[in-house]
Amino acid sequence: MSKDMMTGSDAVALGVKLAKPDLIFAYPITPQTHIVETLSEIAPSWGGRFINVESEFSAIASCLGAVSAGSRAFTATSSHGLLLMHEVLHWFVGARMPLVMVNANRAIGSPWNIWADQSDSLAQRDTGWLQIYCETCQEALDTVIQGYYISEKLLLPVMVMIDGFIISHTMEEVEVHEPQKVDAFLPPYAPQFKLDVDDPRSFGNAALPDDYYRMRKAIQRTFTSGFEVFRDCHNLFEDVFGTRYDLMEAYLCDDAETIFLVAGALTGTTRVAVDMMREKGMKVGLIKLRVFRPFPKHALQKVIAGHQDVIVLNRAVSYGAQGTLTQELRSAFYNVDDNPDIYDVIISLGGKEVFPEILMGVCEGIKADPAFKDEMIWV
Amino acid sequence: MNQIKKQVKHPLDDLLRIDRIPHIWCPGCGIGTAFSSSLIAMRESGIDLEKTVMVSGIGCSGRGAGYVNLDSYHTTHGRAIPFATGMKLANPELNVVVFSGDGDLFAIGGNHFIHAARRNVDLTVICVNNFNYGMTGGQVAATTPLTAKTTTTPVGNPDTPFNLPLLAYASGATYVARWTILHTRDLTESIEEALLNRGFSFVEVLSPCPVNYGRRNKENGIDSLKIYQDRTIIRNDAQPWELDIDFDRGIVLGKFIQTERPTCTDRYDNTCRPKEFIEGEKGLE
Ligand SMILES: Cc1ncc(C[n+]2csc(CCOP(=O)(O)OP(=O)(O)O)c2C)c(N)n1
Ligand code: SF4
Ligand SMILES: [Mg+2]
Repeated sequence: MSKDMMTGSDAVALGVKLAKPDLIFAYPITPQTHIVETLSEIAPSWGGRFINVESEFSAIASCLGAVSAGSRAFTATSSHGLLLMHEVLHWFVGARMPLVMVNANRAIGSPWNIWADQSDSLAQRDTGWLQIYCETCQEALDTVIQGYYISEKLLLPVMVMIDGFIISHTMEEVEVHEPQKVDAFLPPYAPQFKLDVDDPRSFGNAALPDDYYRMRKAIQRTFTSGFEVFRDCHNLFEDVFGTRYDLMEAYLCDDAETIFLVAGALTGTTRVAVDMMREKGMKVGLIKLRVFRPFPKHALQKVIAGHQDVIVLNRAVSYGAQGTLTQELRSAFYNVDDNPDIYDVIISLGGKEVFPEILMGVCEGIKADPAFKDEMIWV
Repeated sequence: MNQIKKQVKHPLDDLLRIDRIPHIWCPGCGIGTAFSSSLIAMRESGIDLEKTVMVSGIGCSGRGAGYVNLDSYHTTHGRAIPFATGMKLANPELNVVVFSGDGDLFAIGGNHFIHAARRNVDLTVICVNNFNYGMTGGQVAATTPLTAKTTTTPVGNPDTPFNLPLLAYASGATYVARWTILHTRDLTESIEEALLNRGFSFVEVLSPCPVNYGRRNKENGIDSLKIYQDRTIIRNDAQPWELDIDFDRGIVLGKFIQTERPTCTDRYDNTCRPKEFIEGEKGLE
């Protein structure tokens, strides 16, 4: 095992290198560019191919073709690129094809903005992709490898999120895994179904309502049973690499009066804020939501108690309703007798800076006036 | 009282959004020259600038729409032509100029280009071809010469580039020309002709991107201009299929196509619309 300093983009590229996809199709977009530039250079080193296609729409459609023919594939994008893929994102799920895609989270225009928030990926929540949000460069690397494990077991595509610039362009110390260990964790892709001239099949046909319904229900069933695959994945990953990952992480929650719920790199800032507040005697904790789809409702219900307040830090808004994460958490506690007060905070859209002091201010403000519970709080 | 120095004014100042200057273009970049040529051509052509709009997609070239002091729109990446089509059809009086990059117009937006040319939508499309995606850091484009180095073809581009004039001609464009930013006078005249040509008009402008394309291909800004001088030949009578981009063999410049055929609206109105509507709009032409 060795350690190296690298950006989140290079950590992703390293994860891809260790997973050895046969084909990578991508179109450049800030802040994803460094990932694909590195991959264009290194893909031939494991016998892979990198093709700089003419748009994101083409990238995701080419990935669909590649996996349908039995190859392991990869793509990465961001923001408008992800939005342009939308039609094929849905198709991937219906077609039950595995893929790992990294999305460098970035705001959506208009107006143009290249900085991080989660509007791009959370807008894809109903496509049926699994979604995992990373806090660090190491987690980005590890999640790419885990993504293939999960995706190929569940036959559903996995989207791995890193914050644009904050993760993609920032260097951290990263543990570089030995290829043999990755091979032990992640077997080569052995498709159950593929286009094969020796065993001809036809994909992508029309289905009558009854069959269509049955196939859609099977997707939902896979999501429900998918938690087992996540558990196996996390256990095996811990055995092989010694690092524990989970659907979510609870930090100092047991005795907390107030819990922040957050996803992505903002978790790091919130950790510092929680430590600061603890030093001042404030009883706060945080939940890092790592896996957003499938939504870990039961895990959250176990960690959060009714007497606690939860401040949800949303970096995406479902306009006319609530912050996207708030909606999810509130619905997870619907019909639960002892449910917490959930505060809907909208923060850091378009990369607006967040400092630990700001989070402390939010916490104090909410404590001072519980009426905030009924409002959307724009910080 | 203290006004000793006369205010120095650039001759194009009235066509620029001065508050947006300085622009973002790097030293040695060719986009500024292509942009100036376009502005001069707009003025010289005598078209009504009050009724002229500029539309750009995304990219360094796409910033054009942000700097011109006319009505202008900076669309999403690749969508300048469909946006311009909507605008032209909504208000046929307008002169609609699309000013954008090779990636924007021929990679992510390539489909729109061929279909707008096929329909002969009355637009003037000016493409700054700098052989790569300048804005995002110099990745390979649909126009990158074979074997050229870019950030996503680090050992050389394995694919052949488009011959853009051939593509435009084959798709149905009624005016097709290619110049470089070194051939400023020809370029300006050509853009002027394109503006006055009724129908889909296309001008390709070869332009250095020293910061990305040049740096990786050992070509500084001056080298590019030398290449534009030494390895180009003007042949207005060249056939579209003779216009491949190959700097070793030499590159043909010129005005290759100027022809007339009914525009998108002409055909639509003749084929689909009742006469009384068309009579009512006659005054607009
Ligand atoms: C859907 C989408 N994909 C990718 C991008 C990122 N992007 C911005 S400009 C650009 C390429 C620009 O190249 P070109 O049109 O040749 O303009 P240049 O900068 O070279 O003038 C790309 C890929 C984007 N803005 N939107
Ligand atoms: S990156 Fe290239 S195209 Fe963009 S402004 Fe600089 S020199 Fe011009
Ligand atoms: Mg370009």
